[in-house]
Amino acid sequence: MYTQSFNVQDTPGAKAVASVQSKEDPALQAAFDARIDADGRIEPQDWMPEAYRKTLVRQISQHAHSEIVGMLPEGNWISRAPSLKRKAILIAKVQDEGGHGLYLYSAAETLGTSRDQMLEGLHSGRAKYSSIFNYPTLTWADVGVVGWLVDGAAIMNQVPLCRCSYGPYARAMVRVCKEESFHQRQGYEALLVMMTGTAEQKAMVQDAVNRFWWKCLAMFGPPDADSPNSLQGMRWGIKRISNDDLRQKFIDATVPQAKVLGVTLPDPDLKWNEERQHFDYGQIDWDEFWATVNGNGPCNKERLATRVKAYSEGAWVRDAAMAHARKQQERSMKEAA
Amino acid sequence: MTNELKEWPLWEIFIRSKQGLEHKHCGSLHAADARQALEMARDVYTRRQEGVSIWVLPSSAITASNPDEKGELFDPAADKIYRHPTFYDIPDAVGHM
Repeated sequence: MYTQSFNVQDTPGAKAVASVQSKEDPALQAAFDARIDADGRIEPQDWMPEAYRKTLVRQISQHAHSEIVGMLPEGNWISRAPSLKRKAILIAKVQDEGGHGLYLYSAAETLGTSRDQMLEGLHSGRAKYSSIFNYPTLTWADVGVVGWLVDGAAIMNQVPLCRCSYGPYARAMVRVCKEESFHQRQGYEALLVMMTGTAEQKAMVQDAVNRFWWKCLAMFGPPDADSPNSLQGMRWGIKRISNDDLRQKFIDATVPQAKVLGVTLPDPDLKWNEERQHFDYGQIDWDEFWATVNGNGPCNKERLATRVKAYSEGAWVRDAAMAHARKQQERSMKEAA
Repeated sequence: MTNELKEWPLWEIFIRSKQGLEHKHCGSLHAADARQALEMARDVYTRRQEGVSIWVLPSSAITASNPDEKGELFDPAADKIYRHPTFYDIPDAVGHM
């Protein structure tokens, strides 16, 4: 559920794909362009420019990785949820994230990449995932804030992806968005409950909001002026709304929610602009964002190590299931012979 | 022996959302065998009672029409508008037909 305007280059410093001049068959290219211009959909067997395929593989796999890594900060609180009800909700949510990762991996596989290749990319540290998960969830209030703000930002990003030009990605996103609303609402409601509690509990909510607010704004990706990939993504119908517009929508939607909840958002420059009919907001720390994307956030190493450990310790299960299936098949073939 | 299958094979999943409706393709997943594919499909695609029945099919068993031959395959139906009820003018006096 969590894309950060996913088009961060996997290899730092790699050149952006912006405005690729295709060396491919001009007739096929023209047919493809015409379909995109008519707001048509591209399906797996259709011809597509190599750069379009590559961009999608990168974006969808980064998105899938984010879902899977996104299970970790919240999974961290399953055993310590404050009640059985909250525990059941959190388990369901984390399971959803796993499901979302699977829908997305499947969508990426229709482009000719394999699950193993994608996992190898993640485990080797080459492939990126949303940098928001490289921050720790320190208190129970963080779990609520992740639902309210992180999932809220993700929903803003994902709703337009339901109209993405690549059919399998768009269909996966429809499914994801249907399930996502529960995630945001459960987080917000958990915070509402905390805000009726003690002064200490209220302070805990405020502290979590303070720590996550700016990081959530960064989830939408760099400002439009600094996102060379965005234009090409828009041209291809992969991206429908620019990073800055999505960020603005998120802020405008969130400010009244914060008011109802009774917390302040940690930005002295945040105020309504009558002329623009939007909230103005302060400067995002992009140096910190890039440092985290490039591996130097507080939890990058821990997250990756946890994934690699889970994968390698599960190897014998995968092998055993495969061996069992093979044996069954051989047995039934022998019986048939 | 067979070392090409390091990864679990891919299965296509079809779900009947309720009795009386058809099974509809909803996605794919990896599983070691058909039985496991069914169990996984339950967890991946029906966490909110989206289905009452599941079909799983090895993806490799699907034969698909070639998009490059879309013209030859489907155009013959394009000029047969007389196959549609709206082709026929019926006087209003007749009412619904």
